[in-house]
Amino acid sequence: MTLKQPFGTVVAVHGSTVLRVCRAVLGTVDADDAWSETFLSAIRAYPDLPADANVEAWLVTIAHRRAIDVTRATSRRAIPAGELPETATVPDAEHDPDLADALARLPDKQKQAVAYHYLAGLPYVDVAAILGGSTDAARRAAADGIAALRRTYPGVATRKGERR
Amino acid sequence: MNANHDLPRYLAQACGAAPEHLRALQARLAAAAQAEGILDVAYRTVDSPVGSLLLAATEAGLVRVAYASENHDTVLQTLSDRISPRILNAPARLDTVARELDEYFDGQRHGFDVRLDWRLSAGFRSTVLHRLPEIGYGHTASYAAVARLAGNPRAIRAVGTACATNPLPVVVPCHRVVRSDGGMGGYLGGVEAKRTLLSLEAAA
Repeated sequence: MTLKQPFGTVVAVHGSTVLRVCRAVLGTVDADDAWSETFLSAIRAYPDLPADANVEAWLVTIAHRRAIDVTRATSRRAIPAGELPETATVPDAEHDPDLADALARLPDKQKQAVAYHYLAGLPYVDVAAILGGSTDAARRAAADGIAALRRTYPGVATRKGERR
Repeated sequence: MNANHDLPRYLAQACGAAPEHLRALQARLAAAAQAEGILDVAYRTVDSPVGSLLLAATEAGLVRVAYASENHDTVLQTLSDRISPRILNAPARLDTVARELDEYFDGQRHGFDVRLDWRLSAGFRSTVLHRLPEIGYGHTASYAAVARLAGNPRAIRAVGTACATNPLPVVVPCHRVVRSDGGMGGYLGGVEAKRTLLSLEAAA
């Protein structure tokens, strides 16, 4: 029998991955709200989640919906990105603004496919279930996204090495 | 070419957050869950002269105090199974008991003034535990005396079991129950912890 983990353990184990996914899909500024909404929705529903459920896929599915909500709310507020408070965008030490920018410029589907597969580690069948559409379409969106990132951000291949 | 493998790693770095940022988000989550009334169990740990203590509280009151020797992860799993899986590390609800424990271990406090949630003990064991606060600070009582106090003078072994399964050690003073022959008897936090608590109370 699988025991259901205490929710605090779920937050400790999956919190950082879900935040990465939110940041990849929404950018740093809106990610915090999406993360909070995701885990608040999750703790509400947690008692009814089957003990053997894939918790990470479940969380990413919720995060996907909350990210859409946050995007809608943000566009309703219609605040130009440049006018958001400076403090909210202070990057962490290892934050790479160039790559984050390149990611932000991807079409939503590609951005989401890249985030859910490469950052959350979900197999394409789960990514497809979240995005709608076929497994092949999910795989293609992720591959197109990665290819576009490599084109717009070619430094990645060598940045730890010979450059300079 | 290792770029295929490196790009996801750089992506993860580019989207990563500092540990203190995640801690702040967790605190915000705990506050939101509390405000919504869905934080069924809040917990935190405190350091003490008898090692790290896990403190857990429901809305009704303090429900569990656990020694490190009981394995805090195991205890949290048990709380999740028996009370609710809606459990979060949320220190605020435990501020008062944490402060009172500090004062107790400093020798400044002789009793605890927090609401207790007794739901993890039942039957005769619960009856026994409810009587323990009557053994005053710095005093001890024998297992036999506590059996009499609980209304069943022959249930000496059951008193031992009640103490050994006390969900609220330190706060509910099962450490004050000792053997009639003067021996200290066992303790769920280990005999060393029992000795520490009894000498602390004897010195104050």
